[in-house]
Amino acid sequence: MPWEQLLTWTFLISITTAGIRLAVPVLLAVLGEIITERSGVMNLGLEGIMLVGGLAGFTVAVGVEHQAGLVAIAPWAGLLAGMVAGALMGLLMAVLTVSLRTDQVVAGVTLVLLGQGLTAFAYRRLFGSVGKRVQGLDPVPIPGLAKIPVLGEMLFNHNLMVYITALLVALCWFMLFRTNWGLNLRAVGENPAAADTSGLNVVRIRYFSVMIGAALAGLGGAVLTVVQLNLFTEGITAGRGWIAIALVVFSRWQPVWALIGALLFGITDAIQFRIQTLGSQEMPYELLLMLPYVLTLFVLLLGSHRDEAPKALGVPYVKGER
Amino acid sequence: MVTTDRTTTQIRVVEMAGIDKQFPGVFANQNIHFDLREGEIHALLGENGAGKTTLMNILCGLYEPDAGEIRLFGAPVRFRSPREAIAAGIGMVHQHFMLVERFTVAENIILGQTDQAILREPPAQLHRRLQALADHYGLKINPAVPVWQLSVGEQQRVEILKALYRQAKVLILDEPTAVLTPQEADELIVTLQTLAAQGTAIVFISHKLREVMSVCHRVTVLRDGQTVGTVVTQDCTEQQLAEMMVGREVNLRRQLSSAHSKPHSAQPALELQHLHVLSDRHLSAIQNLNLAVYPGEIVGIAGVDGNGQRELEEAIIGLRPSQQGNIRVQGKLAHIPSDRYSMGLLTDFSVAENLVLKDVNQPPFSWRGFLRPPAILSHAIALVQQFLIRTPSVKTRVGKLSGGNAQKVIFARELTRAHQVILAAQPSRGLDIGATEFVHAQLLACRDAGAGILLISTELDEILSLSDRIAVLYEGQILEIVPTAQADVNQLGLRMAGKQTGKQREMP
Amino acid sequence: MTVDLSLSPQQQAWLARLRPFAPILGAIVALILGGLLIRLSGVNALAAYLVMLQGAFGGGRQLTDTLLKMTPLLTIALGLTLAFRAKVWNIGTEGQYFIGALTGSLPALTFPDLTSWLLLPLMLLAGIVGGALWSGLAGLLYIKRGVNLIISTLMLNYIGILLLQYAARVPLREPNGFLPESAPFSSNAQIPPLFPGTRLHWGVLLAIGLVGVMYLLLWRTPLGFQLRAVGSNPSVARCSGIQTSRSILIALMTSGALAGLAGIVEVSCTYGRLKPDISDSYGFTAILVALLGQLNPIGVLLAALLFSALMVGAQSLNVVLQLPVSVAQVVQALLVLCVLTGTAIAQKQD
Repeated sequence: MPWEQLLTWTFLISITTAGIRLAVPVLLAVLGEIITERSGVMNLGLEGIMLVGGLAGFTVAVGVEHQAGLVAIAPWAGLLAGMVAGALMGLLMAVLTVSLRTDQVVAGVTLVLLGQGLTAFAYRRLFGSVGKRVQGLDPVPIPGLAKIPVLGEMLFNHNLMVYITALLVALCWFMLFRTNWGLNLRAVGENPAAADTSGLNVVRIRYFSVMIGAALAGLGGAVLTVVQLNLFTEGITAGRGWIAIALVVFSRWQPVWALIGALLFGITDAIQFRIQTLGSQEMPYELLLMLPYVLTLFVLLLGSHRDEAPKALGVPYVKGER
Repeated sequence: MVTTDRTTTQIRVVEMAGIDKQFPGVFANQNIHFDLREGEIHALLGENGAGKTTLMNILCGLYEPDAGEIRLFGAPVRFRSPREAIAAGIGMVHQHFMLVERFTVAENIILGQTDQAILREPPAQLHRRLQALADHYGLKINPAVPVWQLSVGEQQRVEILKALYRQAKVLILDEPTAVLTPQEADELIVTLQTLAAQGTAIVFISHKLREVMSVCHRVTVLRDGQTVGTVVTQDCTEQQLAEMMVGREVNLRRQLSSAHSKPHSAQPALELQHLHVLSDRHLSAIQNLNLAVYPGEIVGIAGVDGNGQRELEEAIIGLRPSQQGNIRVQGKLAHIPSDRYSMGLLTDFSVAENLVLKDVNQPPFSWRGFLRPPAILSHAIALVQQFLIRTPSVKTRVGKLSGGNAQKVIFARELTRAHQVILAAQPSRGLDIGATEFVHAQLLACRDAGAGILLISTELDEILSLSDRIAVLYEGQILEIVPTAQADVNQLGLRMAGKQTGKQREMP
Repeated sequence: MTVDLSLSPQQQAWLARLRPFAPILGAIVALILGGLLIRLSGVNALAAYLVMLQGAFGGGRQLTDTLLKMTPLLTIALGLTLAFRAKVWNIGTEGQYFIGALTGSLPALTFPDLTSWLLLPLMLLAGIVGGALWSGLAGLLYIKRGVNLIISTLMLNYIGILLLQYAARVPLREPNGFLPESAPFSSNAQIPPLFPGTRLHWGVLLAIGLVGVMYLLLWRTPLGFQLRAVGSNPSVARCSGIQTSRSILIALMTSGALAGLAGIVEVSCTYGRLKPDISDSYGFTAILVALLGQLNPIGVLLAALLFSALMVGAQSLNVVLQLPVSVAQVVQALLVLCVLTGTAIAQKQD
């Protein structure tokens, strides 16, 4: 193992910078799922939703960029399409789990397989075996801040989606804990019967939260394809949806901790990229690929976060259950 | 005894006429007529399952009636959701509180009532407003406290304040004194009288005759989903009300069980020594509890719900670990659980399967690793006949049986397994008078046959009529143990509220 | 924005009549939706379905393919039937399948010349133990530390897949081979065919036999009774003297064992060597198979047959009509969605 190359400042800075960028898709999905789960619904379908958002975003971005020639807005059109596609999947999830009261684990896993199948199918039909690519987003340095030594390069020289996502973390926290909207949503997740008899529309609130969460996951998928990798392939999310679900528990349903968890994931992702290129054949880079999953397990092992979960999480609400 | 001012106005606040409500297999409400006047406290009286809660759930917008009309101040209304009912001035305090435990009192009160979707009112301002409102009605609360830290009585006050915050003109209380000590109940009644004097119309759902007689102006009695009649309390007796409730002549005099002072054998059937048990929140639920139950006696543990009964029950059956102390059972323990659907019966399984639930891997029900359905079925058929369990067949799902018959399944299973000790917790909860009589008869018969019975019940009447000795449980400790013959109801009530006189007196 | 699904009494009466047919109606709707997707891709839906039908059942070879693909699905789904009946949400069968394939391959690669009579049982046993321990690990985490089973089995999924990938690439790699795969299994390590001339092997019979075993286990043994009790209401089960932790562990390890068995069987028969790509999402798809089969062994058998027919049929669809094979996965998901929806609507009571 080329340790000398690893433990230099340059390396550490570069993986942190890359880690921040790589964290965005997962962080978006985690934020969305936090909102959903705070209202009492567990949406396990994130892996499928991210794929659908990723393909929708990629397809629209390709169309706008190559067909319409509008290179500048193409990525934004793609990101928007990703959100819309995600929201539609969220609508499906909401109908299944909130109105029809299907088991949430079942609905989630089915949505994953649906998302995987649909995107694989649609991608082949739409693009055949031609590997199309899109431009993506260039980094936008923040004037002034980007010049700070070390930190400037790490934090303030990213593409716009990084900054937007960071703002979203703050917005998510604010909305959940400092507004009445958030109070109502959390009430639905803690005690839907109490919320109902207080005059809140539990069904409407849950529909919203599931759709918003799925829209954010779709956006995350679109960021992955349009901004980060500039392409789409089958299974491109490679388990990020599942990691997002784990990180929701890790973050104790708090947006700020979600940021930290996603960063951890991003950094380990960056590390294993680098090490793969540096290392020899014999090196077990798979062990590095395992890192996010092992890390999540360790974190879960160390502390039982059961008591922090929204009380009514995963339980379908039946009016006036006798 | 508190007196009530019985002047009422003639203004009809609520009129419900011809209300029908059906659930699968059950006519919860049939052609119900009910009216409520301004400033009155009106009782809705009936046994469990008579339809009282259903009717009020319709009034507060949780359900819609299948037929019938509701008028509010003379104008017809139709509530499609609790929101609409709340907006119209109907406030309900449910039997099981509808509070978000993790939120503060203030957050619970304003839930669903905020005009602003985004910005929240600054907490200091909000708390001041709510404190003023509470003071106006004489309710003692602290808006900043998280609800899970409050006592039951305090939580109930929050519920009432919630309704008042929403400018309720009608306040519905569902069995409000079930979870209160006698002293807290008195405080509640004073509050209700204050509200009534200010013009609020109050519906008081109850099955407790004495309370209804002393507090309410009028009573509407429901039985089996139908209105039996509405009377002015001044003009009737407890006896009459009881008969309206049950539909037949009822003997209200409590039968004190005979053979009180049976000589005890030396060895206790059940012995609890220096028992310490923690609650789910890792607070002390049972503290240094000492109690002995001898064969051939019933020891009743009286107390208001929430003083450690559940934790004690779970510790004795081994479901909950005890931090310290000993639990000695001489022989086998039969358990009549306080919550039959979360401790005793599988609703998805058949009657026959539930009857063998605890012994399914023993012969004759199993042999060499396989079940023996014929043995299971014949066992079930015999028990159904012996205990007169009303069920279409032994293969029927237990979830389809009535509460009384489900309880009979538990009795059949527990009492036919060899046992020397019985732990009966809230054995007649949710049962009508007929089923309750069955339960009591069974327990007395078992006692006479030599079993040692520990009875835990929040119904003081039940404790008084069954027990040979009574222990009062308050905040996890036994305050006193007396033989029933020497028990004074008022004294017991005080003990249940925690009033101690010196050290615990233990009877041999 | 919300969907108001409350029903009038007349509508409720209609539903009561339709209730028993809900799964079939749901399946039909799913096939129609799938047909729509096919139509959108410019292919005649009916023709497509016919090609799939032909491809799955049209002849001896096709039938063999379908049964062969059914085997791993059925094996895993039967284990999941047990687990889900105990409300144990094991969604890590993909990883358990891979681990079972890995552990089961160890005897094959270490003792290639051992007689089949010893080697094959050893391999199967190793696969079963591997899968059981992998799922048992998640169970341990749950019992000792309260780690949510859904999350832990999920995480162990990918860890398992990556472990196999590494093993095939480095320690167990074929000496001097340039693909990240093990050496091919000796003939002793391959499960023999049912009779000469066919590709159907004993694994197929084993899977079908497990249907009966699972039925007996669930409904005719005290163990099955207790597992179902735990799934129905864990606190009642606990009060009745059933050790819920032990039951959960048994359910988990059994389903893991069966997934591991499926893994080594597939490696031995279909692939003939240990390689990173040995699953057609069998682990996840088996979850759908178990659910579609209504957690009933016979239903699971039928659902597994249907799903494998879709997968095999899609391959010939690819060849004949140039449609991507992922159409099978879409139809599978649609089937589960529509049947779930149909059953839920039919059971709606307010």
